[in-house]
Amino acid sequence: MNYSNFLYMREEISLIVLMVVLFLYDLFAGKKALNFFQPVACVLFAIHTALLLLPRGVGEAFGGMYQFNEINIFVKSILNIGTLIVFLLSSNWLKSEGTVHKRGEFFFLTLSTLLGMYFMLSAGNFLMYFIGLETASIPMACLIAFDKYKKVSAEAGAKYILSAAFASGLSLYGISLIYGSVGTLYFNDVPAGITGDPLQIMAFGFFVVGLLFKISLVPFHQWAPDSYEGAPTTVTAYLSVVSKASGAFVLLTLLYKVFGGLMDQWQAILFATIALSITVANLFAIRQKNLKRFLAYSSISQAGYIMLGAIGGTALGMTSLVYFLLVYLFSNLAAFAVISIVEHRSGKINISDYNGFYQTNPRLSVVMTFALFSLAGIPPFAGFFSKFFVFAAAVDKEFYVLVFIALINTVISLYYYLLVVKAMFINPNDAPIASFRSDNYTRLALIITTAGILVLGVASNIYEYISSISYGM
Amino acid sequence: MNEMEFTLYILILPLVSFIILGLGGYKMKPVVSGLLGSVLLGATTLLSYATAFIYFTAPRVDGAFAKMMPYNMKWLDFGGTLQFNLGILLDPISVMMLVVISTVSLMVHIYSMGYMHGEKGFQRYYAFLSLFTFSMLGLVLATNIFQMYLFWELVGVSSFLLIGFYYTKPEAVAASKKAFIVTRFADLGFLIGILLLSFYTGTFDFDKLCSCDPALFSGAIQASFLGYSVISVALALIFIGGAGKSAMFPLQIWLPDAMEGPTPVSALIHAATMVVAGVFLVARLFPVYETFAPDVLHGIAYVGAFTSLFAAAIACVQTDIKRVLAFSTISQIGFMMVALGVSGMGSHEGTGYMAGMFHLFTHAMFKALLFLGAGAIIHAVHSNEMSNMGGLRKHLPVTHITFLIACLAISGIPPFSGFFSKDEILAASFSFSPLMGIAMSGIAGLTAFYMFRLYYRIFWGTPSEHKHTPHEAPALMTVPLIFLAVVTCVAGFIPFGEFVSSDGLIYEIHLDPTVAITSVVVACLAIGFATWMYKKGSNTMPDQLATTFCGLHTAASHRFYIDEVYLFITRKIIFDRISTPIAWFDRHVVDGFMNGLSWSANRVAYLIRGFQSGNVQQYAYVFLIGTFLIVALALSQYINF
Repeated sequence: MNYSNFLYMREEISLIVLMVVLFLYDLFAGKKALNFFQPVACVLFAIHTALLLLPRGVGEAFGGMYQFNEINIFVKSILNIGTLIVFLLSSNWLKSEGTVHKRGEFFFLTLSTLLGMYFMLSAGNFLMYFIGLETASIPMACLIAFDKYKKVSAEAGAKYILSAAFASGLSLYGISLIYGSVGTLYFNDVPAGITGDPLQIMAFGFFVVGLLFKISLVPFHQWAPDSYEGAPTTVTAYLSVVSKASGAFVLLTLLYKVFGGLMDQWQAILFATIALSITVANLFAIRQKNLKRFLAYSSISQAGYIMLGAIGGTALGMTSLVYFLLVYLFSNLAAFAVISIVEHRSGKINISDYNGFYQTNPRLSVVMTFALFSLAGIPPFAGFFSKFFVFAAAVDKEFYVLVFIALINTVISLYYYLLVVKAMFINPNDAPIASFRSDNYTRLALIITTAGILVLGVASNIYEYISSISYGM
Repeated sequence: MNEMEFTLYILILPLVSFIILGLGGYKMKPVVSGLLGSVLLGATTLLSYATAFIYFTAPRVDGAFAKMMPYNMKWLDFGGTLQFNLGILLDPISVMMLVVISTVSLMVHIYSMGYMHGEKGFQRYYAFLSLFTFSMLGLVLATNIFQMYLFWELVGVSSFLLIGFYYTKPEAVAASKKAFIVTRFADLGFLIGILLLSFYTGTFDFDKLCSCDPALFSGAIQASFLGYSVISVALALIFIGGAGKSAMFPLQIWLPDAMEGPTPVSALIHAATMVVAGVFLVARLFPVYETFAPDVLHGIAYVGAFTSLFAAAIACVQTDIKRVLAFSTISQIGFMMVALGVSGMGSHEGTGYMAGMFHLFTHAMFKALLFLGAGAIIHAVHSNEMSNMGGLRKHLPVTHITFLIACLAISGIPPFSGFFSKDEILAASFSFSPLMGIAMSGIAGLTAFYMFRLYYRIFWGTPSEHKHTPHEAPALMTVPLIFLAVVTCVAGFIPFGEFVSSDGLIYEIHLDPTVAITSVVVACLAIGFATWMYKKGSNTMPDQLATTFCGLHTAASHRFYIDEVYLFITRKIIFDRISTPIAWFDRHVVDGFMNGLSWSANRVAYLIRGFQSGNVQQYAYVFLIGTFLIVALALSQYINF
């Protein structure tokens, strides 16, 4: 066996080492040393993130089972940054009485899901991909049910694992049909066997449902609002950003690389699910009272915009999708940072609780407003550019009707994002959430995300870098 | 070209002011924040004047002022073919807009220190004013249509903040929302227009677009969409964006409501700057409209004319003084649109273009003056209603004289500025078609009538009871009024055609005596009619009208019958039969449609709520059905029904 193959898996190995180190630390460290668990974990993870930014080559390992290229690494870096911000956000919650004793578990489980996502991203074979998918899903259910003594959290975890099992089952069925029809599971060999006969199309239809579930596109979205609402807010942030980003990108690469021969079919599927997701989620979002549920619907509709980048099948589409993911990560995490700190300090989570928030916590309200404006796509925030690029990528391939639907929906979405802004700045409240100071972890997370929202739209070299490493069909 | 690099500070100073006031304002004393904002804006204004001076004294190239781009840096490369730049474009209209915006904004800054004195959130107010000024200046200096769109949206956001400044007042909140949403709908058209235009021409640059190079536009001309060429569709969509900001029919509904904001804000946003952004947009792309889509340009003229008439008719029946001014603004912007719409290229053909820009300039000054005057009046009597005013000329002498000057200017009486610009618009309309000319002259007469109705009901007529004797506003408020009044008196004599014209060459303004005399006579008749109806303060309420009838009956003069005919025509026909239904149509049909949209979205959301039951078995069921549908969709080519 050629052990040099393992060198290609640098980021996976680095992540596994990190997990083992943290696991041992949690197990054997004394009580005093454990007080430093959070900073140590964050710093180690930051080092891991930085390692990934080192340049490296392009190639395959283990006979094509495992593939890597620059854009995969870049997406992994995006996931890392998101995870790092989530770790920063978790400090408040993990210090609380019910969770402090299982702090190590939180990190271990989160990193396990991240490892699963790495495998999915680098997979060169359907089995590898499926192992990644399951590695990402099962610990995720544990994370959602992390506050297991709380009924909502346990229920959310159960709903997630049931839905995920269902999706995996259908997806696996699809994979087995593909194997039956093409006779191979390697991504490199499958395209040659795709002839477009009905069996293959049906197999593809079943297979793709697993990923549509992961990025929660309508009609495979119903688990999302319940799980988002019930899960601890930090986990919701992770679920809505990191998990979704990995799913979206993996779907794009599979569509481009493996199912290029079925382009007409997947364009029709994406067309329908995108139009449905954006519209239905928007209509639901309007009436939400709970902010986490509200953001769940908002993220379902954002998923529709994300996949708008993929529908054209071009390099431009891949660039705009990855760029969108990056911007969405910062915008959504900024919103979740505010929600989680407010929830921790006051226990309040409804939109109406935020009435008069500006009077007591002006800076947090401004960050929240930036985040929501960025999600809504108002210039000059980064969200405007990312939306503009996915629209342009879709227009490029003449999806005028879809872009028109999406544009109408941006106006509707503006309405409900503004409802939250209005609550914070305009609605009167006799007893607004009391003024408080954030801790340093949260503050760092807020600074990083706000900087991302403000700078990403203007920093053109990031977009240009993504563009230089993207590929089309 | 390097000497113009200082123009960057025109943008930086208001931005700095916004950042300082926005972040640290709440720690400052209100007076300090007001002074800081005003001083920084004063510096911006001086820089704008310096820019105008240097620009317009520079030698001409081929008889026209050269376009300058002191800054134009590459910002983003998109897909290899398109490129976004950020920069500063100086040409006659952007330099003129610089002067207009900074002057009016400075006056509003100074005036607000008096008007907003003691208001809660004074610092926030100044931060928003700076943000607005920054965005508006960025809009006019944009080198490309995309940069313009960015600032265009920023203008929308900052005006939303300013209109909703009194956030404890539900009307103000509703108005700010309405303004934002209506203009956003229009901006949707703008954005699609930009996408189409840039997709087919491969550029955003105004410089390249306005060169009207046929090679650049060949794709857009040949491609067709719904039977029209793509270029016409794109330009029409871009105009819709402009129509939203400039309150053209049927998108004018937000402007009267936006009067809920502080009055100085109305002077800045709703008189001089934001509402003319649409006019500016059409003027900026004028060569493209003129060359490739003259039909769209004519459409703009008809929309402008209709809006103008419609708004003028409504202005005659309003009783809230700020709303009269709001409708008059809509009507005057209609004039500017007509001017651009009827214009062609070249010296004489291009009269309309020059006239539209000239009117934009003079209107900004006198309408800001009217709004600031209205602010002084409201400050004195604590009401917007005409019925609470009357006889104020003795109490507010400075406001009275300056307001009168502005009224004369808007009515088109020489030698005030409005006469010169309006006269050029009328001349251009007559050369387009006699019907258009006659219609616009009639609207000009209507303008004179309702403005003097306003004037007499405020300053003459029966004084109403006040708790306190109304007193003149403080010097901080009267000085801007006097300054603007002086500008209004002299601005007409500026040889505007030497600076701004359709092709950049010197255009000699010459008054067409027939048009000039007709329009002055019409205006004088209208003013005379208003004087006769409102000066004496015979109140116009129906019951008091009846007693007037009795009194007049005993007078037994021929005049009586003529009076009755006049009253019948104005009250029964113009007001009841025309203005009221138009107002009703505006309130119910146009507003109702917009309200209906939001209502139905809410309603659908309510109906489909049942699908999200929280029942996981049902989720699995939907999931499975979804999967089957997906598979069926993918297989649709094999399924024959």
